Amino acid sequence: MAPAIIIIILALLYPLGYMVYGSFRAWDPSQNISESEFVGLKNYITLFYDPAFRESLVVTLTFAVCVVFSELVIGVGLALMLDRNIRGMSVLRTLFILPMMIAPVVVGLMWRYMYHPTVGTFNKTLKSFGLDGIDWLGQNALLSVIIADVWQWTPFIFILSLAALQSLPRSAIEAAKIDGATSWQQIIHIKLPLMMPVLIVTALLRLIDAFKVLEVILVMTEGGPGLSTEILALRISRTATEFRELGVAAAMSNYLLIILLILTVSMYAITRIQENRAARLARQIQEEY
Amino acid sequence: MNYERQNPAFYALLITLIFMAVGPIVLMLANSFKLDVDIIGGTSGLLFLPTIQNYETALCDVLWYELDHLDFCSLKFGGAFINSIIIALISTLLTLVIGCMAAYALVRFKFMGRDTASLTTLMVRMVPPAVLLVPVFGLWNNEFCISKNSYFGEIIRDVFGGRGDVCLAGTHSGIILIYVAMNLPFVIWILQSFIIQVPRSLEEAARVDGAGPFQVFFLVVLPLIKPGLAAAAIFTFRIAWNEYLLASALSDRGTKTVPILIVNNMSEFNIEWGVIMATGMLLAIPPIIFTLFASRQIISGMTAGAVKG
Repeated sequence: MAPAIIIIILALLYPLGYMVYGSFRAWDPSQNISESEFVGLKNYITLFYDPAFRESLVVTLTFAVCVVFSELVIGVGLALMLDRNIRGMSVLRTLFILPMMIAPVVVGLMWRYMYHPTVGTFNKTLKSFGLDGIDWLGQNALLSVIIADVWQWTPFIFILSLAALQSLPRSAIEAAKIDGATSWQQIIHIKLPLMMPVLIVTALLRLIDAFKVLEVILVMTEGGPGLSTEILALRISRTATEFRELGVAAAMSNYLLIILLILTVSMYAITRIQENRAARLARQIQEEY
Repeated sequence: MNYERQNPAFYALLITLIFMAVGPIVLMLANSFKLDVDIIGGTSGLLFLPTIQNYETALCDVLWYELDHLDFCSLKFGGAFINSIIIALISTLLTLVIGCMAAYALVRFKFMGRDTASLTTLMVRMVPPAVLLVPVFGLWNNEFCISKNSYFGEIIRDVFGGRGDVCLAGTHSGIILIYVAMNLPFVIWILQSFIIQVPRSLEEAARVDGAGPFQVFFLVVLPLIKPGLAAAAIFTFRIAWNEYLLASALSDRGTKTVPILIVNNMSEFNIEWGVIMATGMLLAIPPIIFTLFASRQIISGMTAGAVKG
């Protein structure tokens, strides 16, 4: 126990506290933090009026919302369609987790190749049909980055919602079938509402993860062209290591952490509410029988 | 097992999905066996003469034989692979050992609340590596140092050479420490759920037979939680093996891992696609093997993470 606590405090809690402290200072990595000048809220205020930081905030939010929305729609849709006991499902599930397991750097590398204007698979295919190539990582960079992330993470939502679907009470669905509900009605009125708790948690989890994406985008576009794909995580790491402004990077991190904290707390609250509701339901059933 | 009969459209959908999921990976595999001329000029078909030249170029600094097609070994991927293996293996091992003991203490001695681990896991999951990078970069370079004038600092400087204070940044241990810390909460949390299922009576029986607390732990508990250990090991290894950002900030010339070299080579003007894809393939092989052999554990780990928060 003791070693675990020591390591977590030494390498997680202390650094995070250190960062909050550093965000009020003109801190750079070549000096000790106590030697740096105290600047109060200056870092936060400068950032607030910094157009580049705002731009990157907008890019991050756009990316996260688009990614989670499309992954939810595709993932849940596929799960609803494939919720049958057919041969080959386990193979699909195994192969589906591959994109999540391999290194993000490698995912970025594969997609950068496929998006390449002349060499890439997509434009070669388009050309063989006599169509013009698309400037994937140029003006459409944000969209291309979103597509790559959807490829990598839709399976996550698919697997979770499939597990949720298969644990639904069969009796409710059977009853609806007997009452003559079409499969569409079954989905809208029974399956989706019953899956909702899992779906909300999954969506929030993906949303949190979407704010952390960095390597895939770094390899594909390096944040460019311009600032069009420079998400917050990328900007933070750049500010810290390239521009060596740790104070500013720390302030940025705190802004990001506030967003993530809100998401996490709401996720925790939702799971707790759902657990309580489920417990109450179970008690009711027990009393009735 | 009984399978329902479905109409062919389902199988078509299934096959399309499999193709979409695996396609890019297969493409990379195929390209890693092509010469750059074939990748750039040739058709995108699968008809080509496979060559392992790319792999040889990538690993040129650790090969024991001379390469004909290369005058000078400029890429140091071989050394990076050794770094990656050292860092991933040691951090996985440390995380498991420490995590195991902590999880056991949490469950059996009712040390702190039972929710501590799950809450910490959730909080750590929330923190992006980029955010962690900021303080760690500062700390590892300045604070977590041994002064070169101190006793130990002098010894280390005499043995390893170099100038300045002895810092965590640029060493294997610096990277390993942060990986262990990042993974510990999750490992403790997942092992805890396995240890709870070990019946108490079993441990007490062993104790009656004269086993000490350590014997109980190593001979009774550990063998029973093997599946949990496997899942935890895979998750930890994968993160340490794949991680780029923290490693890139904390490593120096000698301790670079493979992802760092891939990113560095991607930002050059002329990308050597064949070599870089061969490297990417080598980096992807361990996770792929884990997936094919332990997909059930991985899926259960993922599902648990989402459903229980």
